Amino acid sequence: MMSATDLAVGQPPSRRTRLDGRSLAWLGVAPFFLFALLFLILPTGFLVVGGFQDAQGHFTLANIGKLFQPSIRSAYWISIEVSAASAVGGAAIGFFIAYAGVIGGLPRWIRPTLITFCGVASNFAGLPLAFAFLATLGRTGLVTALLIRYFDFNIYSTGFNLLSFWGLAITYLYFQIPLMVLILAPALDGLKREWREASAILGASGLQYWRYVALPVLWPSLLGTTLLLFANAFGAIATAYGLTGSSLNIITIELYAQIRGDVLHDQNLGYALALGMIVITGFSNAAYIWLRGRSERWLR
Amino acid sequence: MRHSRIGSWLAIAIGTIYFLVPLLCTFEFSLRMRRGEYSFDAYRIVLSDPQFQATFLYSTALALATILVGVLLVVPTAYWIQLRLRRLRPVVEFITLLPLVIPAIVLVFGYLRIYNSSSLLPFTASEAATNLLLTFGYVTLALPYMYRAVDTGLRSIDVRTLTEAAESLGAHWPTILLKVILPNVRVAVLSGAFLTFAIVIGEFTMASLLDRPAFGPYLQLMGANRAYEPSALAIIAFLVTWASMGLMQLLGRRPGDGR
Amino acid sequence: MAFLDIESLRKSFGSHVAVEHFELAVARGEFVSFLGPSGCGKTTTLRMIAGFELPSAGRIRIDGREVTHLRPNQRKVGMVFQSYALFPNMTVAENVAFGLKVAKRPAAEIGPRVTEMLKLIKLPELGGRYPYQLSGGQQQRVALARALAIKPEVLLLDEPLSALDAKIRVSLREEIRSVQRDLGITTIYVTHDQEEALSMSDRIVVMNEGRVEQIGTPVEIYNRPRTRFVASFVGTLNILSGRVVDAATGRLAVDGQEILSGGAIPGAQRGDTRAVALRPEAVSLSTSPGHNRLSGTVEEVNFLGAIVRIRVRLKESAVSFDTFNNPNVPPPGRGTTVAIGFTREDVLVLEGGGSA
Repeated sequence: MMSATDLAVGQPPSRRTRLDGRSLAWLGVAPFFLFALLFLILPTGFLVVGGFQDAQGHFTLANIGKLFQPSIRSAYWISIEVSAASAVGGAAIGFFIAYAGVIGGLPRWIRPTLITFCGVASNFAGLPLAFAFLATLGRTGLVTALLIRYFDFNIYSTGFNLLSFWGLAITYLYFQIPLMVLILAPALDGLKREWREASAILGASGLQYWRYVALPVLWPSLLGTTLLLFANAFGAIATAYGLTGSSLNIITIELYAQIRGDVLHDQNLGYALALGMIVITGFSNAAYIWLRGRSERWLR
Repeated sequence: MRHSRIGSWLAIAIGTIYFLVPLLCTFEFSLRMRRGEYSFDAYRIVLSDPQFQATFLYSTALALATILVGVLLVVPTAYWIQLRLRRLRPVVEFITLLPLVIPAIVLVFGYLRIYNSSSLLPFTASEAATNLLLTFGYVTLALPYMYRAVDTGLRSIDVRTLTEAAESLGAHWPTILLKVILPNVRVAVLSGAFLTFAIVIGEFTMASLLDRPAFGPYLQLMGANRAYEPSALAIIAFLVTWASMGLMQLLGRRPGDGR
Repeated sequence: MAFLDIESLRKSFGSHVAVEHFELAVARGEFVSFLGPSGCGKTTTLRMIAGFELPSAGRIRIDGREVTHLRPNQRKVGMVFQSYALFPNMTVAENVAFGLKVAKRPAAEIGPRVTEMLKLIKLPELGGRYPYQLSGGQQQRVALARALAIKPEVLLLDEPLSALDAKIRVSLREEIRSVQRDLGITTIYVTHDQEEALSMSDRIVVMNEGRVEQIGTPVEIYNRPRTRFVASFVGTLNILSGRVVDAATGRLAVDGQEILSGGAIPGAQRGDTRAVALRPEAVSLSTSPGHNRLSGTVEEVNFLGAIVRIRVRLKESAVSFDTFNNPNVPPPGRGTTVAIGFTREDVLVLEGGGSA
């Protein structure tokens, strides 16, 4: 027999989670943080700290200094050049393709097809991509052969070599362009059609619209994504390795060789190599995030 | 508005050419194994190569393990962050961005240094432990994509209300996670899984430096030593990637549908 | 010669005709609304005047000048969009100045003009703000100032208030009208809200499915709707199904009871069906000799405060009407038999048969 007082007062203490919900949540996310610590933060931290240490463990800046020796400096420089070339090229070409697909007034099925294909292509990197380009533009590649056969034009006679700076940049474009399209398409969506119309009715030409409205609105996205592409290319190794073995002197391959066989005969210098890479990609990504925040603020 | 469509078509055409030509060339090259005629010899050799089968199987197994660990790690985390620990969200998002900033080669370098045989956690001491390390490395690589997929999926369902409804009906948190949350983010998880699969199958750097018999190092070996098989492998890899990404896109386009 | 002259305008997208035979002559300084449901073609017509759509046939002239094939940036027309469309990377002042900057006006002219416009919309201190810092109503006022800064010949507004809260809508509505009056600018206003159209316009064009149903002043549109669509779209209406008893005297039968309309029913014969419309405000519970009288049962009584809404069922049809709340006279209860009265002139006989 229950009375009102029973209901009001006599609730049995529940074993429900509400009482310790907070601590349960902390417990729930603990594995994640442990994982991040063990496999992200500690390894990276170890390398960063090691870069500032000598073989005995004392603090030193000597490793950083050794990064500027000619062979290493040139490795960094080539990496930067290749990454910049493929980033700028990928951004420019990707921009026009994204524009064509999103705003260009094409049939409606073009855009989803484009996005799907870009999703696939942006992941088709590494060794298979290297093999593909070898079969295309390598010395025995099909395009090379066709150009010789039908146009009497041997691209290798102009000094072009797939296994070189330009060859690598062109190969990198294969995943850089789709990445640009994928990231830029939503940003282009943010360019409201009414802005174009409003600018037109206020007397502006197409060019003036781009100069005064569209590009100012888009430039954080454009620049930011270019930086993202830069960092993306900078950290890549498999494609280059598949293309040139270890003969092209980019920094990731240098580091690979160092890890494999301590070719520098100086462990801490290896750490410094890694540190240098992290600084460059870190800066690039930080700039990307900052720029993305700016563009989101306007396009609210 | 009236646009000149020619420019757009031109851009799309150029893009299509640039992307199709290498694929076609690779395919053509892969058919050239038998002198004088086209054949699928290269494919036959590759597919019947025990090394191919072994490494592909190995990488597939590792991919599945990665997906499992990834899901177990990411889903509860995303859930608790959304439900109770909102303030930690920026921290978690920063962490999930780190693998995009720190190149894989740097990460595996770190692993080799910290987890070698003389450390507290000697991952590289045995084959099995190294496999584990490689799996964790892959989870790290896939983390940004997996987290973003699940987080987006969770955001599209009202996690808080669903949890409170389940609690008011008497469920405890394991039940809630398993029976209420997981089924609703199944699509997001699956799409993250396919992306993870694509990443793991083709991965080279970590597998090579940790000296594991994965598909990536096998590809590199083939590329260094053979002429026609690499092209066949490239086509196979492309098809696998295409299948994974295609399935992911297909799945990813159905949230909120069928309710 | 009208200031804005639209002649036989037609627009089709493939096989779908969006606008059919649109004719309108707008006098200088007049405020005309295009009113109709979504998809009726009002926005398409507006966009043809602006130049964003090319007409399939017909001509548009502004102040005698043919503009039909001119690009939007050559027309000297101002437009306010439903989504405000302020440029997010520019401040309020820069937005308002945009048209003048593009026309390469000297800076000495732009500055004062912007200040003048900001004063006109009563936001003089917000020149340095960015659009994302403004409320919806403020953004729309800035959009208005931006459109007017270049002194356009015609002002077009495309459902400018639809995205705003009800309260702001009412105050902004009045502000737009008073600005328009002060400047004497010819204006076309597109809306699906009949209250907006009725309260703001000099004339209204009611559209449905690409065709013009009626053009007239608000009073005409409301009190003398020409078609059934206009009558039902503008204001609430009781529509009853009637059968013509005597076309010459205007006698009709509704659910077995006979009423008289205001005059002869043109083109009708005995036995024809006609839709009979009654405005709720024309109906009352008191009957007088010489007026129409229908008897029925009270079906529903809704007490809305100052207003009491009553629905009376005849046989198949029902009539809804409002009475003022009177504390001394309670409204009739449900199920009571009552008689409702209305004059002959209140009976609107519409084209088209009359299933309610």
